[in-house]
Amino acid sequence: MLKCSLDKIQNLFAEISKSAKLYLPVDGKDGGASYGEWSEGVEWSGALNTTKSPKDFFFPQTEDLMAFKTAGKSIEIIDTRSESEDFVVFGVRACDAKSFDILDRVFLSEPQDSFYAMKRKHGIIVTAACTKPSETCFCQTFGIDPASPAGDISTWKTADALYLQANTEKGTALLEKLGAILEECSDDAVNAQKEKTAAIMQKLPLKDLNTDDFGGGKTQELFNNPAWDELSQSCLGCGTCTFVCPTCQCYDIKDFNTGNGVIRYRCWDSCMYSEFTRMAHGNNRLTQKERFRQRFMHKLVYYPENNDGLFSCVGCGRCLAKCPISMNIVKVMKKIGGNKGE
Amino acid sequence: MQKITREQLIEKASELLANGTVSCVLGWGAGEFGYDVTPTVFKTAEEMKTGFVFSDFCGANFSKYLVAKTQKTEGKILVFLKPCDTYSFNQLLTEHRFDREKVYAVGIPCEGMADISKIKAICGEGISSITAEGDTFIVTTLYDDEPIAIEASAVLAERCVNCKSKKHVAYDELMGEDGDVLDSGRFDEVARLEAMTPDERFAFWQNELSRCIRCNACRDACPACTCEKCVFDNPKSGVENKSPANSFEEKLFHIIRAFHVAGRCTDCGECSRVCPQNIPLHLLNRKFIKDINEFYGDYQAGAEVGSRAPLVNYTTADLEPGEVFNREG
Ligand code: SF4
Ligand code: SF4
Ligand code: SF4
Ligand code: SF4
Ligand code: SF4
Repeated sequence: MLKCSLDKIQNLFAEISKSAKLYLPVDGKDGGASYGEWSEGVEWSGALNTTKSPKDFFFPQTEDLMAFKTAGKSIEIIDTRSESEDFVVFGVRACDAKSFDILDRVFLSEPQDSFYAMKRKHGIIVTAACTKPSETCFCQTFGIDPASPAGDISTWKTADALYLQANTEKGTALLEKLGAILEECSDDAVNAQKEKTAAIMQKLPLKDLNTDDFGGGKTQELFNNPAWDELSQSCLGCGTCTFVCPTCQCYDIKDFNTGNGVIRYRCWDSCMYSEFTRMAHGNNRLTQKERFRQRFMHKLVYYPENNDGLFSCVGCGRCLAKCPISMNIVKVMKKIGGNKGE
Repeated sequence: MQKITREQLIEKASELLANGTVSCVLGWGAGEFGYDVTPTVFKTAEEMKTGFVFSDFCGANFSKYLVAKTQKTEGKILVFLKPCDTYSFNQLLTEHRFDREKVYAVGIPCEGMADISKIKAICGEGISSITAEGDTFIVTTLYDDEPIAIEASAVLAERCVNCKSKKHVAYDELMGEDGDVLDSGRFDEVARLEAMTPDERFAFWQNELSRCIRCNACRDACPACTCEKCVFDNPKSGVENKSPANSFEEKLFHIIRAFHVAGRCTDCGECSRVCPQNIPLHLLNRKFIKDINEFYGDYQAGAEVGSRAPLVNYTTADLEPGEVFNREG
C-alpha cells in the first residue's frame, strides 16, 4: 500500500498529468459533478457520483466513424480514427468501474469495436472507494463492494491521506512514475475504512434487494407479466435513464450531409425511443410499454442470458435520482420479481 | 408545508369513485424514499389507501397526462390540479388536446413544492427519512446522529419561489381556499440576462447548453409539447437527431423548442424541474413571455380557454418587425 498526504494531492495530480491527460470529477456551479480535465488549481469533487457516467471516455455520446468526400464522380473515403494518447480517469466509483466489464463484453468481443478498443487500451482507470453511499445505491445487489473498487489503481481517501494500490500492470507503471510523492505504508487505515463502510452498507434501504427472480432463461416467465402495464403507465419515453446509465450500450449510426460529402457518426440511442431499431417496416416495439419492458428485460434477463449470468446494471442509482417520474429498475425488480427487498 | 392532507384527498376521491362521478384517479404514487413520487392511475379507494401520497414532493404536473389517459379510459378521470397545473390544463383545452367531458378536475391549494436536490445540498446523500413539521423539514440521514432541521422556504423549487399564481383558473370543484395571481419576481433573472452584452449572453447559454445530453426529458415533460411526432424524432424532417452532435445542434434543439412553445408556454416549470443537468430552461421561455408582454400587452397563456395568443392574432396596433429588431436586448 502507498499513500500521499492530502495536502500534496495537487502535486500528485500535477505529477500524473506530466505523462498523461488527467480527468477527474469536478463540481459544477449548480451542484452536479461532471468529469473535467485537470489543470493547476482544479479541485477533485467530493460528490459521490457524476451526473453522467465515465463511459463517455470509451464510448462517447457522439463519435465520428468515417467520412466521405465527393469531387465530381469520385468518392474519397476518409478514416477519421486517430491514434489516441494515454489518459487517466481518476475518481471512478466501484459501480462505474464494474460497468466497463459490462461494456467490454459488448465492444471487445469479436468482431472488436476498434474505436472502443483503442480508448480502452490507452485509458488508465483510477478508482476511489466510497465511504458515504447514497440511499439510492444498490451496487451490493450485483456483488459489487464499494469499499474495494477495481480499476488499474484503487484509492481510498481518509481525513488526511489518499491511499493507493495498483491492480494491473498499467497501474503499477503509473504508480512507479509518481515516485517521491508516495510513501510506503501499512494497510491499517484502509482496512479500518473498509470495515466502517461495510457496516454502513448494512443500513442502506435497498440492502436486501436481490436478483433471485431474474437472470437468463426467465424470458417466458417475465415477459408477459401483467405488471408491465402499470409500471410503464407514466413513462415519458424520454431516455434520461438510458443516457445517465453507465452500462447502456446502444447506439445509432447516422450520416451527416456536409454538402460535398458525408460524415458518418454514431450516437447513443435509447430503447425508450420510438425510433429505436427502426426497420423498413417501422419500429418493432409499438407502445411505450414494450419499449419500457425492453430496458429492464435487457438489463435483468437478456444480457445475463448471453453473458454468463452477469447483469447489466451496477446499482449506481443514477436512474433512480434522475428519472422525471421516479420510475426505475428498483421499482421494477420489486414489483416484477415479487421481491420486496425487505 | 401543504395545508391539504393525503387523507382529505383520498376521502374526496373515494366519494367520487363511490358515487360514479369518476372511474379512476390520476394521482401521486408512493416511492422508495419519501421524495420519489410517480404519477399513477388508481382505480379503487383501496389502491389509494396503500399507494397514494400527497406531500411536498408532488410537483409533477398532471395536465399533459390527460392527453393520453383520456383516450384510454372509460368514464371520467379525477385529476388533482395545483394552481400552476390549471394553466396548462386550459392551454391544452385551447389547443383541443383532450376531451374536457372525460375529466373531473379538483383544484387543490399549494404551498409550494420542495426540490430534493436543494435538500441534498444541505444534508448530503444518505437520506433515511424526511418529515414535514410546520414550516420545517426534519431529515434523518445515515451519517448524522441528530435529525437535521431545514426551513421549507430554503428548499423551495425555483418555480415555486417565483410562483406566478395561487389562483386556480380551471376546476370542477375546489378544495380549500383559492388564492390570487401573484406579483412574482420571475422576470428578474431574465432582466439580468438582458443587461448582459450579446457576447456575455451567448457565453452564458453556450455554457449552460453545453451540458445538455439531449435526453429529451424537458420536451417530454412539457405540456406545450404534445405533437404526436416531434420534428426531432422524425427522420424525414432533416433535423432529427438523438444527440447534441455539436454546439450548433445543441442550440438548434433548444431554440426551435422555445419558438414552438412561445405564446403557449404557461411557465409551469416542468422543463427545468426534470432536466438531469440542471439547465435553467425556464429562462428561455420567460424571455419570450416577457417580450410578448412588452410588445403586445400582458398575456398569460392558459389563463382562460380559447384566448387568441398574440403570436397567432393580428391587430392593426401590432408592432412592426423593425421595432423588435432595433430593440436592444
Ligand atoms: S423510465 Fe423515466 S427516465 Fe426512463 S424513459 Fe421513462 S420517464 Fe424517462
Ligand atoms: S440501470 Fe440505473 S442503477 Fe443500474 S447501472 Fe443503469 S443507471 Fe445505474
Ligand atoms: S437495450 Fe435499452 S437498456 Fe439495453 S443497453 Fe440498449 S438502451 Fe440500454
Ligand atoms: S408554481 Fe405555485 S402553484 Fe405551482 S407548484 Fe409551485 S407554488 Fe404550487
Ligand atoms: S432535459 Fe436537460 S439534458 Fe435533457 S434534453 Fe432537456 S435540456 Fe438537455
